[in-house]
Amino acid sequence: VTMAHKFPALTADQKKELSEIAQRIVANGKGILAADESVGTMGNRLQRINVENTEENRRQFREILFTVDNSVSQSIGGVILFHETLYQKDSQGKLFRNILKEKGIVVGIKVFQYCTILAGTNKETTIQGLDGLSQRCAQYKKDGVDFGKWRAVLRIDNQCPSALAIQENANALARYASICQQNGLVPIVEPEVIPDGDHDMEHCQYVTEKVLAAVYKALNDHHVYLEGTLLKPNMVTAGHACTKKYTPEQVAMATVTALHRTVPAAVPGICFLSGGMSEEDATLNLNAINLCPLPKPWKLSFSYGRALQASALAAWGGKAANKKATQEAFMKRAVANCQAAKGKYTSTGSSGAASTQSLFTANYTY
Amino acid sequence: TMPHSNPALSAEQKKELSDIALRIVAPGKGILAADESVGSMAKRLSQIGVENTEENRRLYRQVLFSADDRVKKCIGGVIFFHETLYQKDDNGVPFVRTIQDKGIVVGIKVDKGVVPLAGTDGETTTQGLDGLSERCAQYKKDGADFAKWRCVLKISERTPSALAILENANVLARYASICQQNGIVPIVEPEILPDGDHDLKRCQYVTEKVLAAVYKALSDHHVYLEGTLLKPNMVTPGHACPIKYSPEEVAMATVTALRRTVPPAVPGVTFLSGGQSEEEASLNLNAINRCPLPRPWALTFSYGRALQASALNAWRGQRDNAGAATEEFIKRAEVNGLAAQGKYEGSGDDGGAAAQSLYIANHAY
Repeated sequence: VTMAHKFPALTADQKKELSEIAQRIVANGKGILAADESVGTMGNRLQRINVENTEENRRQFREILFTVDNSVSQSIGGVILFHETLYQKDSQGKLFRNILKEKGIVVGIKVFQYCTILAGTNKETTIQGLDGLSQRCAQYKKDGVDFGKWRAVLRIDNQCPSALAIQENANALARYASICQQNGLVPIVEPEVIPDGDHDMEHCQYVTEKVLAAVYKALNDHHVYLEGTLLKPNMVTAGHACTKKYTPEQVAMATVTALHRTVPAAVPGICFLSGGMSEEDATLNLNAINLCPLPKPWKLSFSYGRALQASALAAWGGKAANKKATQEAFMKRAVANCQAAKGKYTSTGSSGAASTQSLFTANYTY
Repeated sequence: TMPHSNPALSAEQKKELSDIALRIVAPGKGILAADESVGSMAKRLSQIGVENTEENRRLYRQVLFSADDRVKKCIGGVIFFHETLYQKDDNGVPFVRTIQDKGIVVGIKVDKGVVPLAGTDGETTTQGLDGLSERCAQYKKDGADFAKWRCVLKISERTPSALAILENANVLARYASICQQNGIVPIVEPEILPDGDHDLKRCQYVTEKVLAAVYKALSDHHVYLEGTLLKPNMVTPGHACPIKYSPEEVAMATVTALRRTVPPAVPGVTFLSGGQSEEEASLNLNAINRCPLPRPWALTFSYGRALQASALNAWRGQRDNAGAATEEFIKRAEVNGLAAQGKYEGSGDDGGAAAQSLYIANHAY
């Protein structure tokens, strides 16, 4: 195999556009509201508050979130939508995507995908959805979308993640990223190492480093323009069933260590997923991450679903009369996470940055 | 399958390696590459009409190593050739001790030269892995705290090939892993030669591919990045390229390539000077350190010719010239120490302000 002459994947103008979109999303401590729950996933959320999973109910909840006060755009730089939501309107007939854009928020889309089993592995999966992806992205761009999201899933278990699963998911993410950029969409690359299992935090760190190294090698191989991408990784945490407990500072040090060994400085922002974390834990961990004394050349922010919406959903309960309370609950988390993305979050009862700072152990142990 | 993690290094080993690396690239400091093999020294000495004897090589290195305390602020490490590691000055003081007494870290070239890769268009890999662990252990006892291994790639119609990139990245990773097991910080050097007529963009493209492969290999081999240094080429056009580029263009292309491939955990990038003149190497390093893109690693020098050309010329094999020759070396060392901080005003040019405006917006790279 010979080394091809360079055939630029993107023009300077295309690169400029992508890079500017990515930077806008994570500017000044802003993060992302992941409001892209599929119909099935929304069903789970709505069932918990005894609300029927109809299109109208899904529309109503999203309307409450998106019509919140304009000041939300100081904390939220981007919103990821599910396909259905991209074409929904508020009760006055105004498209959600226009409401968001007018607030200065970048509109993103969870691009169609599904997981499929990798034969010969311990039930590991890869992602499908590449067929026709280019045409789909082109249409989304016309419809006002500027970024996409695709999620790969890796699991820590007996013989997992395997070299094949790592390689294959990294490759699929790189193909998706390449196609997005060809169509003017910033790809959010999400290689989630799920927290299921009883492994300790150190093992999660080891796996996360291997996965991210493979992802960035694949992105390089596929000529993806890193300055026009965002990363959405898991934080480095112990498995849900691990009996050992770790502080936010330990999570932060392990997370930033893993990232600084694998994520090139050209990537403008890293927006963590919240996984199963509570709203407060997700905020505390993000804050600790931003106070971590290691070099952090990328923005470290959030792309939270449950961790931004849990209280709002509970406050809503499916009743229009609860709109104000719902919006307040959502705003509160949005503002808290924006502060955390600047390392400035103080929860009631904590004494702020100073006490957090002293809990960091020297990084050579990681 | 994915094994459970079997830590390659203990916490103490990691700390030692990381501390050594940080000492070498402390702010304002870089590396003197004085590790020319016997064959390379033959070329240097013949240019000044000096016979290539062991004594002459000793006398020449003495010129460099007898530099006074002015070098303490700008030289963090010296790379030795094997022979030199065991040589002494006129007073019988081992060179290793003289260097260590100045607070400078001692390093050693450990590779055994390039060998052809069959089936390629004149490409090579580098040998020297056999017995490397035992050699490193001995070097560590003899005062060395870092090592250097050079791989070579070239740009042409069909090169570097995927095999050359993969194989050189792999051999660098094996070398790095073995060094760290023996308490030695590996300097990883994947040099892409400037031979050819390719333009700046092509060099940047190739450099990004090569460095991505190097860091994937280092990850695969469980190398502790915080305890390594990188010694890459700057991104430059080929020697025969008709287009001329400014130091700012070289700097932007170089820093862009590094930002896309070198993880922030790497404490320092110590550029090789290749065929650049002393002044060119300093101006380029200075522009690199003034580049407006965020740079999470130290960006400094590991220069051979670009630190020694004037000194060699002033010495010409004459003991009487030793003092003047040493001064020439100190002068270049101080200039590069400033360049490593973006503080070099150049020899008579108009300085920083005009240069700053010459940076082309980075999305063009």
